[in-house]
Amino acid sequence: MTARTTVCVVLALLACSCATPVREETVVVLPGPDGKSGTVVVQREGARQVLDAPYAANVVRGDGSLQGSRASEQQVAASFGTTLAALPARPTTFLLYFITAKDELTSESTAALDKVLADMRARPVPDIAVTGHTDTVGTSEYNDRLSMQRAERVKGFLTGIGIPSDRIQTAGRGKRELLVPTADNIDEPRNRRVEINVR
Amino acid sequence: MRWISAVLLSVFVGAVWANDVGQVKVTKGVAHVEREGTRMPVVVGMPIRQSDKLVTGADGTVGVTFADNSLLSVGPNSALVVDKFAFNASTHEGQFDASLQRGTLAVISGKMVKQSPDAMRIRTPASILGVRGTEFVVKVADPGA
Repeated sequence: MTARTTVCVVLALLACSCATPVREETVVVLPGPDGKSGTVVVQREGARQVLDAPYAANVVRGDGSLQGSRASEQQVAASFGTTLAALPARPTTFLLYFITAKDELTSESTAALDKVLADMRARPVPDIAVTGHTDTVGTSEYNDRLSMQRAERVKGFLTGIGIPSDRIQTAGRGKRELLVPTADNIDEPRNRRVEINVR
Repeated sequence: MRWISAVLLSVFVGAVWANDVGQVKVTKGVAHVEREGTRMPVVVGMPIRQSDKLVTGADGTVGVTFADNSLLSVGPNSALVVDKFAFNASTHEGQFDASLQRGTLAVISGKMVKQSPDAMRIRTPASILGVRGTEFVVKVADPGA
């Protein structure tokens, strides 16, 4: 009796998958390194679901119904373990600091360049993004220019210790992204920095 | 004025990135990139461009880093198209659209999503996912499964 029921269920599923072209889809939000998650909004033909907690999941069934659920860590490992294992290593961030209104590094920051080199050696095909930042002294245009100069200066240091220049991209963020929020025209050493992402 | 700055910007971005928007860092098994009608085996270090399609076989995986620090990987039996990738490294404005046609995808979002929460969208055959700064996985089941 039990065996017969099972056969019926399987046939029903087959018939169902033939009748509708919609494939089952699964979305699961994962916790970040700090254990918290961000948000993914899933939209499908007017239906909308916000996933904003670790392991919050959305499953669209073969019959087209959209339903929310929660996945377990074990389910994620079983369905996505191989895929997650292929994620590249997270970029490493280094911050170097500058002397006021100059493109010269502080002495501690000069020493930090060796750490960048060590981090690069641990990666298969490393590339580097160098982003300059300024404090809020001066106009936006002035700081855009200064931040780019700082990024280029750091690129110069990096090529000087043997990193090929075609592996390094530079950009200037000016005073758009203050590490320490301040009013305009404030001399803040911690904002005069260059961020290096090794990835 | 706006026109002039747009032209300057495109020259600047072109000089830094050419057409490359990301780079393959990890790959295993059988995997190809389809680009402008050609099909190339994926190798570590290979640049990824807008409109590229990543296709993996039964044992294939590919992991890519993008210009805004977004990380993305596709699992076995998967097909993913990078529909659009634009990123301004000064303003962090941009747009990242990709389509998972089949298989599995893992994403760790990058800098552009921190700047504008709806900058990244992943399409599947049935859904559109709006990404607001997070890590997540997506699976589109094989039609025969």
